Amino acid sequence: MSDSIKKVSIIISKGSLEGIYPGLIMANGARAEGIEANLFFTFFGLDAINAKRLDRIKVAAVGNPGMHMASLLGVLPGMSAIATHMMQKKMEAFDIPGIPEFMEMIADSGCGMYACKASADLFGFSKDDFIDQVQDIITVGEFYLKAAGGEIIFT
Amino acid sequence: MSVETVAGVSLDLNEEGFLTDPSQWNEDVAVALARREGIDPLSERHWEVIRFMRHEFETKGAGPSVRMLAKTSGVPIKELYELFPKGPAKLAAKIAGIPKPRGCI
Repeated sequence: MSDSIKKVSIIISKGSLEGIYPGLIMANGARAEGIEANLFFTFFGLDAINAKRLDRIKVAAVGNPGMHMASLLGVLPGMSAIATHMMQKKMEAFDIPGIPEFMEMIADSGCGMYACKASADLFGFSKDDFIDQVQDIITVGEFYLKAAGGEIIFT
Repeated sequence: MSVETVAGVSLDLNEEGFLTDPSQWNEDVAVALARREGIDPLSERHWEVIRFMRHEFETKGAGPSVRMLAKTSGVPIKELYELFPKGPAKLAAKIAGIPKPRGCI
């Protein structure tokens, strides 16, 4: 199988639960297949590796047609928390790990984890703000070097 | 699908090299399959995982994915990837002669 995928670099740019999980599942799944993988967190995606925020990631209740309810209801206080709670219960039932455990798992699988320098500068984050699994804060140029020879997936 | 003779046994293999008939498996076959995947020799720890995969398949009808494998076998994820760098659940299943685990996580 000479045309099989050997390496993927996945960019996570969103900070909502539904914005973060797909990239994590794809990175973890790549490693499980023996595919080399890197995760690159940028913009609001930095919340996924923010030590103070990663266990409080929420589902977007507003502007999310997938919620199947009137957008006006989404602005009610606590709506996002309720949606998140429901989603987490469902995920637990299917044995999908929470984000902190998932991050640990993915790092243990040998996946690279990097934060975007431009975004970290913009939000005033340094390496100390991120979980230990984050190897480095890198520039977009350094990202392309790490991604060389593989597929790039933007989420 | 192909038929290959490995360790003196005629094996039915699918496109990815997994045994389609787990009853054709024995420990010599495991050693030969592992060698083809670049794992040589198999350590006692490898065997622990391989036997565990077979046991799971025999009792539950399917091998576990990586997270479940780590949780139930007690071998941590980090070590699983050191033992089977090209994908622990996938490779251990292949060497154990059982179908590829189908979990996404």
